[in-house]
Amino acid sequence: MDNKTIKQKVKELTARAGFELPDDVLGLLKKAYAAENNKKAKQALGWILDNAGIARKYKLAICQDTGLPVVFVEASKLSASQIKAIEDGLAAGYQAAYLRPSMVDPLKRDRPSYRGSKIQIDFDPAISGIKISLLPKGFGSENKSQVKMFNPTASLAAIEDFVVEAVKKAGPEACPPFVVGVGIGSTSDGCLLLAKKALLGDLGKNNPDKELRNLEQRLLKKINALNIGPMGLGGKTTALAVKILKAPTHIAGLPVGVNISCHALRKARLIL
Amino acid sequence: MFSGVIYTARDQAHKRLVELIKAGKKLPIDLKGAVIYYCGPTATPKGKVIGACGPTTASRMDEFIAPLLKVGVVAMIGKGRRSAAARAAIKKYKAVYFLAPAGCGALIARYVLKNELVAFADLGPEAIRRLTVKDLPLIVGIDSQGKSIYQDL
Repeated sequence: MDNKTIKQKVKELTARAGFELPDDVLGLLKKAYAAENNKKAKQALGWILDNAGIARKYKLAICQDTGLPVVFVEASKLSASQIKAIEDGLAAGYQAAYLRPSMVDPLKRDRPSYRGSKIQIDFDPAISGIKISLLPKGFGSENKSQVKMFNPTASLAAIEDFVVEAVKKAGPEACPPFVVGVGIGSTSDGCLLLAKKALLGDLGKNNPDKELRNLEQRLLKKINALNIGPMGLGGKTTALAVKILKAPTHIAGLPVGVNISCHALRKARLIL
Repeated sequence: MFSGVIYTARDQAHKRLVELIKAGKKLPIDLKGAVIYYCGPTATPKGKVIGACGPTTASRMDEFIAPLLKVGVVAMIGKGRRSAAARAAIKKYKAVYFLAPAGCGALIARYVLKNELVAFADLGPEAIRRLTVKDLPLIVGIDSQGKSIYQDL
């Protein structure tokens, strides 16, 4: 696969990610709408569903915050020029699809551009091509990220309280209903990356790890009991799902990261 | 539902406007009676009036609210909670803060009839735009008594 094709395919992926709310997210939003009795909350969910339909049909951005492109690349081998082709594809895609230039120098705050992606590369000898997962991350939710370096002896209950509290602090500003990503283990930055990676998982599939699955279900219940609801207007659904990933950590620590996604969880995958 | 003219302005435009007010300099737009919409739209697709244009988080503009209300802004549209100080300013100046459908930029675009760039073009998506809207669905977030829809949160 030559770099020109990589750039073109990523360009197309970018548009798809911006216009099409994924089926697993849509499915949970429809369920939430059907189950909702609170009038204001139901109206908000109705707007969200109408919006998704309009965006998909007319090829418009779901949300004006078309995000900072976070990309997870998996391959058995990869070159710098291939990564550059991916970066070029993202910038070309944002421009061609009339998305929003949202990236700036953090201190200069110059004119926003289409360049400034976060690319995570994972090498896996089992992969023959290049797997690209795009998560354009909006910053209303990103701004509510939290990390806590727990003591290694901390209880699961303490971790649960931290996650629920993080969601409570996020409140309406992060655009509920949320998908809550949690990363447990690794390092301070590692657990936040896991939390973000967790958002890519199929919301309709259960966590293969039984302990994490139970934790996800308990957290979802506690989060929905907060009664924040869509746009913070109350109601049954504050979060659509909780997804957890874990990784080995140091004997002296227990890092836990929370990365919240808004209801416009845009994610798209491509295998080259 | 709201029909009329609203001005988009978010973080950088607010910072600039307040700096101009503090320096006693002329503002690029007349804010007397103005409705501010916390929004930075996407680029405008061919043949459309505007791109996706939903609300951004209002609390980031809390620190700029008082001087703008003082020069005559009557309402703001955004999403999310606001600080106690912001609520107090809204009460003091008898302004209103509305919520627009959050995360629904494609839907809201349908209510925009006209879109004109009026100031701070160099800010790109954060420029001030005069939008003419019809039947824009809004919810009162904080009324002119300073009462918030979010008191339980």
